[in-house]
Amino acid sequence: MTDQAQADAWRDAIFDAFQDAGIAQVAYVPDAGHKRLIERTHAANGMRAMSVATEEDAVACLAGAWLGGQKGALLMQSSGVGNTINMLSLAKTCQFPLPMFITMRGEWGEFNSWQMQMGETTQAHLELSGVKCYRCETPEDVAETVRVAIDQAYNGNCQTAVLLAQKLVGTKKFSDGGLGDNKK
Amino acid sequence: MSTIETKPDGLIDRRTFVDHLVANRSDDLCIVAGLGSPCYDLKAAGDHPLNFYLYGAMGGAVPMAMGLAAAQPEKRVMALTGDGEVLMGLTGLAAAGAEGLENLIVIVLDNERYGETGQQTTHTARGVNLAQTAIGLGYRAIRDIKTPDEAAELHDWIKTVQGPACAVVKISAEAAGMALPPQDGVYLKHRFRERLLGVQPR
Repeated sequence: MTDQAQADAWRDAIFDAFQDAGIAQVAYVPDAGHKRLIERTHAANGMRAMSVATEEDAVACLAGAWLGGQKGALLMQSSGVGNTINMLSLAKTCQFPLPMFITMRGEWGEFNSWQMQMGETTQAHLELSGVKCYRCETPEDVAETVRVAIDQAYNGNCQTAVLLAQKLVGTKKFSDGGLGDNKK
Repeated sequence: MSTIETKPDGLIDRRTFVDHLVANRSDDLCIVAGLGSPCYDLKAAGDHPLNFYLYGAMGGAVPMAMGLAAAQPEKRVMALTGDGEVLMGLTGLAAAGAEGLENLIVIVLDNERYGETGQQTTHTARGVNLAQTAIGLGYRAIRDIKTPDEAAELHDWIKTVQGPACAVVKISAEAAGMALPPQDGVYLKHRFRERLLGVQPR
């Protein structure tokens, strides 16, 4: 498998898991690492991509979706986790199921020093907020971990996060237009 | 249905307005109320399983109503909120405008104050106009309400308007007293889903 095919395959595995689980709303703040997944979500029948400008709105949106009988998933970058913290109290207090899929910055090969702080504290912030976290370091980890995170959230009325490691997602560089390994 | 009153300052009384707004409601209407006085107003008008009250999560009422409206296109979904909450969640107001949901209605009770924290003024007391903001955020139908007669029209407007719709109602800053709805979020969630979807908690 070429590098590009492998990079597409694990992203497609997330999409497939969403479809199999009956995810109907995908709320997101864009990230280059989620580009392909966001595009597939927008193109999918029976799935609505909800574009929000800040991540806490995605948390509230998906609580509303569940109130209305639809399953949701949240896509964001690690820097966005900091924006969600107070709104996660809505999910926690009311036991709204919430699976989150987070592309990591501020770790493997990060070039932007401003990403380090939030990247290094993302998992701790989530765990302090009562979110169960799973990390994916390799393409082979992704499909099963995503399925586990969705099932656990919806079976347990709880909040889960899959942290997609920067080593997996690809390291962003300014020199290639900022899309790193995610040129598609 | 009660008459919408005014307070000594000449501005709309929030309690009689909300009572009038939701009088004789049916199960076609779902309401997410923002934290603080909008929750008390809605509870005072009559508790209902299709009311979801936020006791926290400030800024969440509109984006939560957005997710609900997308999930339930056959229902009418209202976010009943205040100027303080909307100002904290302007991004949510923008997202809901951009999403273009025809069944979404935002009602902003604008008293130009943070009522829960000591009546400090909000930006709307200093020139920020949320009705004008809603125009710029892509809302299809907008009402800028100042009088009881205008406010009385919203009772029928919310049943027929094509959204995303936003009505900003200038209300008196005079506090209306607490009418506390249930605070247990898990209970509120289950009773809402049971009425709307017919599903029981597992």
